Amino acid sequence: MESNLITEDKHKNKLEKAFEILKTMASKPSGLIGLTIVLFHVILALISPYIAPYDYKAISPNTMLLAPSAEHWFGTDSLGRDVFTRTILGGRTALTVTFFGSLIALLWGGLLGIFCGLVGGKIDDVVMRVVDAFLSIPWILAMLLIVSLLGTSTEVLIPALGFFYGKGIVRVARAATHDVIAKDFIVSARARGHSNMSIIWNEIIPNVRDAILVEGAMRWSWMLLGFSSLSFLGFGVSPPTPDWGLMISNARGLMSFAYWSVIAPIVGLSSLIIGINLTADAFAKALGIDRSTKAPV
Amino acid sequence: MNEIIESVKNLSIGFNSQKGKQISILRNVSTNIKKGETVGIVGESGSGKSTLALAMMGYIKQGLFPLKGECLFKSEDLLKMSSRQLEKIRGRKIAMIPQNAGQALTPNLKIGYQIDEALRLHTDLNKTERDKKISELLNKVRLPSPETMAFRYPHELSGGQQQRVAVAMALAGKPDLLLLDEPTTGLDVTTQAHVLELLRFIAKDTGTSMIYVSHDLGAIAQVSDRIVVMYAGEIVLEGPARKILKEPIHPYTYGLLKSIPKLSLAGLPDSMPGSQPQPGSINEGCSFYDRCNLAIDHCKKNSPDLEHIKELDTNVRCFNHKELINQNNNLQTSITKKTNNSEAIEVLKLKDVSISYAKQKFFDQLLNKISDQNPTVKDINIDIKKGETIALVGESGSGKSTILKSIAGLLKTKDGQIKFENDRILSSDLKMRNPNDLRAIQLIFQNPDESLNPNHTVEQILSQPLKLYFNLSGEELKKNIIDLLKKVRLGEFYMSRYPRQLSGGEKQRVAVARAFAAKPDIILCDEVTSALDVSVQAAVLNLLQQLKEDLGTTYVFVSHDLAVVRAISDRVAVLYQGRLCEIGPSQNVYKFPSHPYTEVLLGAVLEPDPDIKPKLVAEDIVEEKPPEKGCSFQGRCPRKIGDICNSEVPPWQIGENGNAIRCHINIEELASLQQ
Amino acid sequence: MLLLILKRIGLGLITLFIVSLITFVGVEVLPGDACTTYLEREAYGAALDACIKRLGLDVPAYERYLDWASNVARGDFGYSLSGEMPINEVLGPRVKNSLVLASVSILIGIPLAIVLGIITALWRDKLPDIMISTITIFSMTIPEFISATLLILIVAIWLGWLPGIVIIPSDATFYELLSNIILPVVAISMIMTAHMARMVRSSVIQVMASDYVQMAILKGVPYWKMVFRHVLPNALLPAINVVALTIAWLLGGVVVTEVVFNYPGLGRLVIESISNRDLPVVQALAIILASIYVGINLIADLMTLMLNPRLKSLQIRK
Repeated sequence: MESNLITEDKHKNKLEKAFEILKTMASKPSGLIGLTIVLFHVILALISPYIAPYDYKAISPNTMLLAPSAEHWFGTDSLGRDVFTRTILGGRTALTVTFFGSLIALLWGGLLGIFCGLVGGKIDDVVMRVVDAFLSIPWILAMLLIVSLLGTSTEVLIPALGFFYGKGIVRVARAATHDVIAKDFIVSARARGHSNMSIIWNEIIPNVRDAILVEGAMRWSWMLLGFSSLSFLGFGVSPPTPDWGLMISNARGLMSFAYWSVIAPIVGLSSLIIGINLTADAFAKALGIDRSTKAPV
Repeated sequence: MNEIIESVKNLSIGFNSQKGKQISILRNVSTNIKKGETVGIVGESGSGKSTLALAMMGYIKQGLFPLKGECLFKSEDLLKMSSRQLEKIRGRKIAMIPQNAGQALTPNLKIGYQIDEALRLHTDLNKTERDKKISELLNKVRLPSPETMAFRYPHELSGGQQQRVAVAMALAGKPDLLLLDEPTTGLDVTTQAHVLELLRFIAKDTGTSMIYVSHDLGAIAQVSDRIVVMYAGEIVLEGPARKILKEPIHPYTYGLLKSIPKLSLAGLPDSMPGSQPQPGSINEGCSFYDRCNLAIDHCKKNSPDLEHIKELDTNVRCFNHKELINQNNNLQTSITKKTNNSEAIEVLKLKDVSISYAKQKFFDQLLNKISDQNPTVKDINIDIKKGETIALVGESGSGKSTILKSIAGLLKTKDGQIKFENDRILSSDLKMRNPNDLRAIQLIFQNPDESLNPNHTVEQILSQPLKLYFNLSGEELKKNIIDLLKKVRLGEFYMSRYPRQLSGGEKQRVAVARAFAAKPDIILCDEVTSALDVSVQAAVLNLLQQLKEDLGTTYVFVSHDLAVVRAISDRVAVLYQGRLCEIGPSQNVYKFPSHPYTEVLLGAVLEPDPDIKPKLVAEDIVEEKPPEKGCSFQGRCPRKIGDICNSEVPPWQIGENGNAIRCHINIEELASLQQ
Repeated sequence: MLLLILKRIGLGLITLFIVSLITFVGVEVLPGDACTTYLEREAYGAALDACIKRLGLDVPAYERYLDWASNVARGDFGYSLSGEMPINEVLGPRVKNSLVLASVSILIGIPLAIVLGIITALWRDKLPDIMISTITIFSMTIPEFISATLLILIVAIWLGWLPGIVIIPSDATFYELLSNIILPVVAISMIMTAHMARMVRSSVIQVMASDYVQMAILKGVPYWKMVFRHVLPNALLPAINVVALTIAWLLGGVVVTEVVFNYPGLGRLVIESISNRDLPVVQALAIILASIYVGINLIADLMTLMLNPRLKSLQIRK
């Protein structure tokens, strides 16, 4: 009821509006924490090659499995590589792959969803059935199959992840479009005789954009989860590229006496996922979208 | 009779704003409810009337909290009671009849269970006694077949039936006080009158005190002994119903009563400027200052107290109320006469139009003609003259909006033709119409919240038709937008606002401006005032009339509200189940002889006058489909003469003043029957 | 009613048909056929010929599809390349093991999620909600392999309470089985429970704000009675479908968890068969896992149909 009472006068441009949303997001502690974590990771990913103290792939038998010390803050792994270096570099891969993956997911999922919502009828039914069928193959099986046959390069991973995580966006975009086209302002535009393209561009997209963006932000955190699971299983990026999932998987067998080499990447990965999640939640709340009743499909 | 059962003392209720400020939505409210009396609490949306009513049951909505004051029920403060204590009072001593029973009945529980629950909680009856009591209660609220009703789910009943169930549920605990929160809002005109009649009967029968909360002075006038008028969280006027309705001595109530269109008077009611202030926006002075035509400088800085006027037995919150005493003869007469500037040329003709309602999907070309023998709308013949306002009237399901949509090209007709200017046939498919025809016919919708794109500024909204039809841009576009805003009495600064920053009346003005931007010949108005508050409604009606007189536009005006239609229309067409019953000049349609359905509708209208009681002549049955043959009104007609009504479509009969009635009864006979 | 049930089942079957097409076409389109993929560098001469013959790769693709599909419909998935035996024999014990793991997780997870969801909703923004919600956000976001790894590190290695690696002898007693699957069950159900608890929470909150709950309060219905009769049936009904989707989505988590704990279930078979490039097994797994997904959703649909008075009476009337 409160939001109705705030009548603001100012005419805002897009940039100010974005800033306003950021401010709303940061006004709650959970949103602030999320934003801080994400910002921290992004900055780290950008500067890590310049601040990394060691070469990430320098193998040295002399420094195998050293406990954390002044020289090696997070200790070393079973090949004698510096865990700190590998941890701060590990975020780069994860962030890049999932960021572009999410973009692809957003694009094809959003467009197909809006299309289905608009067209309705038989075409919509058929497309949704096919999307449902894709949905029913566990993503991990499909991803593993694709990766094992096509290789683990980022050129394969990004579109493949983008494809599989776009399915959920299709549903959200479709539902949002469906809701919007029933509204009287669309009926009014149709009755005036606007062209379909103009209706889509002026009336529909601005009203479904928020819902799709929020879903995209959420997908990002889930994709990160999926991507690191793939790496963990050995189907993500290939060694010696530093990657959190891979590091955890490698260090796992030795964690009874060298727990440090597994803790550092775990903290890195978990904090990033939580950060993105909190940010996405705060983003949704700032835009006034309730997405807590949705399934993570 | 004079024993007080509930007394509210200096009650203020509020919430904390996002900026941490305390904002009250109920300010210093005091009132008493006496045993056996019915008190009407009237106010527009946001006046705090529902909050007050709920507080009188010790219930404060989430997010709100009492700031000060008390609600004493039999001298115990409900606001201080534990939930245990409240459980013993709610439903047993004070019971509630909610606004929208369809949503207030728990969907997964059968009707019988929900009534039984109240009985189990509040009486000592055993199972067999309770079962007997349930059918007794269902009988009392006049539900059909009470035996099977108990085994049905809420969604299986019609709106009126759901409301009756809610009444039965409230009566189960034999309460001393019944609280009714807009119990008839959202129901059809005839159903509303029936439910109201039931409530009045119950009040008399059981001697229960009632608090009747409503925005509708018509409904309040029918049931109340005493009326409390609320404005912006305060009581502004309180007194005996007759005094309040006939001699209101507060400028708000006075203005409100004048802004209600009345069945007995053709012409537009006076409107009140502005709208109710938002909670928290008044810091000093009288809350009605901005809209008051009696306001003096003193009112700006000082807020008046509720003053008791002994000779009128009335409390009033106004410094200048004396000016209104004896002013009240004006209440009935100061109505703007409107001019009928319709010309003899027919601009739009509906010829034998039938529409079969199949929901059409956007872009969906797969939909072909449907062979429906019993279409939703059938055999509509209306010729619309240039410059006139023709109204389509009927209850929900009458097909009035459907006809409007097919004129706009949004719904394909099944049969018949729509002819525009010089008998040129308009395609029933929007995509086949030429741009100039599209421009010439514009639509205004019921709810401006839905008809304005929430992501567009007013400037963007108004520029859509200007760009589309006239290819305007730059300075010229801006100039046109400002002109349009001026036409609907909105300032230039509205251009940069979003719909959510406007009040309901302002939004509807923007919607009106958008329609006029196209310089249309015909504007289709779909229940354009039903979502607005009464005082705002009058202003929008006046605006529409003014624009029409200036620009010579033709209106097709759809409404369920007969009084509004009376105020604005030149001609009226009455529809039932998608078939025309009666059509003619409005002064004649509102006079007898009438089609029996028009008679039923007119009888059910609630006027804000305790001396005019509704006449209930037909049962309020909900028909889902039109009958396959015979007269469309056969199922409910109080004047049905026999088999001929079921088998043959009645003929048109023209009355002496030019109104046509479709009935088997001879028109002279009808006239004498209806005397 | 019956018609509607049949329709839902029909739709499920159509989905499965599309899945079979997708997997078959997918394998066809990707580079290399089953034999060259499997044999890799040894893909020549007699070994290749034998393999091609065994899998019938010498007939046209559509014939092979029809053949395969009709066999699958009869429950015969063909022949495993790496195991050198019928796939059904490979699958048998794996399906059983995974089923035990998944059903125990679900049996613990769903009731727990409902209870947590209700508690957090009823005590919204109060201490219990803040505490539980913080925990659910954490367990929702942390991938299974991390929580599983941490569980092993803390419970098995540091505390030494439970075995970190699952070794199930064929004649394992119930107790042995139980102590072996505790950690995997915890790892799987954590994320699932957290997701479902959040959904239940918001569903309950929505219903608590409804007019009919307010009406029940104003009718004098005692609090807990109101919760059980008026709130929960209406709040949990729409949650059923969402819960089903969540469970199905978490099949992926089962795969990872099984690998971490070395648990001999379907999940590890997925990894093994893909590492071995045993495409016939992969196809079989795709169908089986998709059937589980479709099955769970079907059950949820049917439950909703049974419990929703609105849909029930809709059917009777028609």
